[in-house]
Amino acid sequence: MSLDWGLGALINLNHPGHYLHWHVIDVSVANLTVMVLMVVAFVAALVLPFPGRKHRKGEEK
Amino acid sequence: MSTTIDRQWTTRLRKRVEGTLPPEKLLPDTQPAYVASWIYVFGVLTLVAMAEVIGTGVILAIFGPQWWHVSSVGHFINSMHLWGVEIFFFAMIVHLWGKFAMAAWRGGRTLTWVTGAVTFLASILTAFTGYLSQTNFDSQWISTQAKDGINSTGGGAFFNVLNFGQMLMWHIVLMPIVAVALVAFHVILVRIKGVVPPIVENPEVGQ
Repeated sequence: MSLDWGLGALINLNHPGHYLHWHVIDVSVANLTVMVLMVVAFVAALVLPFPGRKHRKGEEK
Repeated sequence: MSTTIDRQWTTRLRKRVEGTLPPEKLLPDTQPAYVASWIYVFGVLTLVAMAEVIGTGVILAIFGPQWWHVSSVGHFINSMHLWGVEIFFFAMIVHLWGKFAMAAWRGGRTLTWVTGAVTFLASILTAFTGYLSQTNFDSQWISTQAKDGINSTGGGAFFNVLNFGQMLMWHIVLMPIVAVALVAFHVILVRIKGVVPPIVENPEVGQ
């Protein structure tokens, strides 16, 4: 089994990109997906509790 | 004699470095409690991605285009290089959003913010020259599209996106030197000034 097959099986990217058009905005689905994931990561970083934070309360202020 | 030694540039530089960035500040044992948040992780994640991009870039440089175009391992390393760049920009932009939201230029950290912003711009130029160095139809398409934009600025005669040799040298020599130097300076500034505190926890900082 080649490495190409193994990773390529997850998502098939071997085709022309899909694009979304809205007035002057022209964005590929791939780029829009990355943008949405960045916003999700940003919000998650703000709201999700950080491991071990309770134990670190006594550290430097 | 001691006064002569004190006046030596090496002595003066050492004392200045020791005073500005002592070892315990350069490599601290602990961080402030507020750093225990996921939003502070993205700066380090950017550094890790940058190290991965440089490592895979070195491997690509050793074996060359024909290797990364035709062999399975070459494809894999080439993809690692691309996805490392994706993670680098992903983490860097979330890092930028986080620092913008907490007004990270407070408390005398203006230069830290500015070096971060300039690093972002330098990274875009590095990635752009990388797309031009792929040696495939994609790079041909991008270069022929980009030339009109660059030429409209008047910079095309100096920065010629159709000149593959120039773009490759910018990508693998000039821009990595610039990017690494900027990042190193940025991190040193963070160490000197410390990680910016949240606005609500330390309102008196950087008015």
